[in-house]
Amino acid sequence: MISVTLDKSYGEARVLRGAKLDVIDGSVHALVGENGAGKSTLVKILAGIVPADGGSLSAGDRSIDLARWDRRTARAAGIGIVQQHGAFAGTLSVVENAVLGAEGGPLLELAPTAKALAALGERVGLPIDPWARCDALSLGAAQRAEIVAALHAGAKWLVLDEPTAVLAPVEVDGLLATLRALARAGTTIVLVTHKLDEVRAVADAVTVLRAGQTVATFGKDASSAEIARAMVGAELPAPGRVEAPGESAARALELAGVGVTRALFDVSLTVRAGELVGVAGVDGNGQRELARAIAGLEPCTGRIAIAGRDVSTSSVRDRLAAGLAHVPEDRHHGGLVLDATIADNLSLGRADVTGRFAIDRAAVARFADARIAELDIRPPEPGAIARTLSGGNQQKIVIGRELSRPKLAAVVASQPTRGVDLGAVLRIHDQLRAAAKAGAGVLVISADLDELLALCHRIVVLLRGRIVGEAAAATGVRDTLGALMTGATA
Amino acid sequence: MKARDRELYAAGIALLATVAIGSALVMIVGRGPGHVWNQMVVRVVTDPARLGQVVYRATALALTGLAVSVALDAGLFNIAGEAQLTAGVLACAVVGAGLPEGTPWLVAIPLCALAAAAAGGAIGALIGAGRAYRSAHEVITSIMLNEIVAAIVLWIGNTFLFENGTTTGPPIIAGARLPQLIGGSSANASVAIAAAAVIAVWWLRARTTWGHALRAVGRDPEAARAVGISVERMQVVAMTLAGALAGLAATNFVLGDRHAFEEGLGRGFGFIGLSSALLGRLNPLGIAAASVVLAFLSVGGLAVEDLVPKELPEMLQGVVVIAIAAAVPWTKRKARA
Repeated sequence: MISVTLDKSYGEARVLRGAKLDVIDGSVHALVGENGAGKSTLVKILAGIVPADGGSLSAGDRSIDLARWDRRTARAAGIGIVQQHGAFAGTLSVVENAVLGAEGGPLLELAPTAKALAALGERVGLPIDPWARCDALSLGAAQRAEIVAALHAGAKWLVLDEPTAVLAPVEVDGLLATLRALARAGTTIVLVTHKLDEVRAVADAVTVLRAGQTVATFGKDASSAEIARAMVGAELPAPGRVEAPGESAARALELAGVGVTRALFDVSLTVRAGELVGVAGVDGNGQRELARAIAGLEPCTGRIAIAGRDVSTSSVRDRLAAGLAHVPEDRHHGGLVLDATIADNLSLGRADVTGRFAIDRAAVARFADARIAELDIRPPEPGAIARTLSGGNQQKIVIGRELSRPKLAAVVASQPTRGVDLGAVLRIHDQLRAAAKAGAGVLVISADLDELLALCHRIVVLLRGRIVGEAAAATGVRDTLGALMTGATA
Repeated sequence: MKARDRELYAAGIALLATVAIGSALVMIVGRGPGHVWNQMVVRVVTDPARLGQVVYRATALALTGLAVSVALDAGLFNIAGEAQLTAGVLACAVVGAGLPEGTPWLVAIPLCALAAAAAGGAIGALIGAGRAYRSAHEVITSIMLNEIVAAIVLWIGNTFLFENGTTTGPPIIAGARLPQLIGGSSANASVAIAAAAVIAVWWLRARTTWGHALRAVGRDPEAARAVGISVERMQVVAMTLAGALAGLAATNFVLGDRHAFEEGLGRGFGFIGLSSALLGRLNPLGIAAASVVLAFLSVGGLAVEDLVPKELPEMLQGVVVIAIAAAVPWTKRKARA
């Protein structure tokens, strides 16, 4: 049994306020909550990556001194962690990563460890190649390797921070089955997640965090609605739907035979005004290049038109002027200037707000206040530095800047809600729907099939850089699309 | 802690550390630090000629400091201040000497200043274009250009300008000379040029879309690109402006002081501009203040030459940079904790 109560502040932000988590040995325990609720911080403290400000921790029957708790002692106590974005160094092999920081002596003896890792992987149903370089592995394979390495290091308690965010549906099912099997064999699993269907599928118990405090703990039979209510503290409003436009609607975004070297091949696609079109697919199948090609950030072949205007050879600036809005997939690289303020980020490149040369500071302030209110960006201070905001609020800044462009004709939103909390997801979806309702053609690229099913009229599937299928979003197409995403059916 | 307070705090800590290290060095040479610092302040403050020298040096440092900060705002490290300043000195002196005698100052001075800025700017542009379009790292090209420009300028001086066996070129016309400000010192009206540059850069940086785009390019080129800013063009423009600012410092030496091209004129100020930019935390107003502090250190060092070796204060200008490099991460950590 692991039992923690934790306090943690970053500057003035109190991230954990007596958050409590009790995990029974041999169970799968889900830890859920909105982004910024403190889940990641809690598990990072648990694994000794981040020091706590105060609280108590006991693992098994011994009470642990939090002041001396770090990665090394946590590892020795049998707590392993697989972090959200992975912790393995790309230039090293799996086995080198596995022994990193746990070397027994001055000499590296990799071969026995490699053999042990492979055997262990085989036994728990997570086959891995211990000699593969980590940057050559798929996200799923890298994650399997990290799990096996943690088990090999003697983890009796295994913490996984949003492990399914990067996986295809089939891979998710496989991982969840493995977690169950591990729990049956005696390993305790702490699973941090956003997705309630995963919780329902695999967890023996659920702890809900909200604003740094534990607000509820449920058993196996809690309903998704109950858990969701605890997460957001209120009933979720039913999302509105936007009527699909007819065949006669104008073409907002047209791609004809678009290709990007070694990444994207002959992609043709039309998004009509008022239409929401989803691009489904597992990460790394050309989604990034597709979005960047449309935005003008990646050289490509073929023809791209925005609102009927051929922009195939236009600069980014001209495409934006033609009516494009682009929400880049990674808010930390390309979406935001993290060290600039909310107001500066909202008005970045928006000459229509700032004025052409001298900045109209009153206009910028008015614009920032309007976007902050519209999207409920927290903290509601235009002068706050973007880096200090939670992921969801950072994403709202990008959405606020892009979807408020004047003469909006086409929107390309890449992974618009990745790593974003439930409340923010709803707001962002509302904004995308509103853009479509106002007459823009919206292309949503997401690895989250459920998101696309909830949001879009039509979904195409991208696999190895090609569009391999298309379906109107309706119940029943989930399995078809899921199969297409992994290339299971051709 | 607010960002601006944090910067002030970091600069303050760096200065304190510099004073402490300076004191230790003073003790090593067998003097009482209190006495030496006190004498340094008293001898500078009570002597108009020395105060004037502080103004003179600070004028150049403010401009070469801006030359570093503007480039660094765009994420580029301009250490070609020496080359840009030297080119500026040559261009300024050649134009100043070449103008017909009797040209009114209202024409002569802007022309000379423009020539200085253009020469420095051309070198900046070269470095910027190399970086933006050919991925030639600006630090490497800057280092090389410092050598190349120094050699070319010296060759031009030897071949065309230096008069009978000296290392001084022909004098500039009377109309191109800036008035001296304080008797017995080299302080001159180019301090107004530096002040105007400080204010102009401050305004550009804080109050214009261009300034915001410049800093966006420095902080996250990908984000800048995504909103339609041309990162490459911005890099070239930033380096050109930076070079022009360094070149402009030539007015202080040529128009305000020596009134001719001289071998080695202005040498060293391009480099110390790094110190003033870093100590001024890349804020134009901070750079102006830092330039005065650094100028005071070197003038004060000469003033107490009889007490401590004059190399000591020169050394402290380097110590300031190391201290600020150490203090900034420290205050950031403090602010987070």
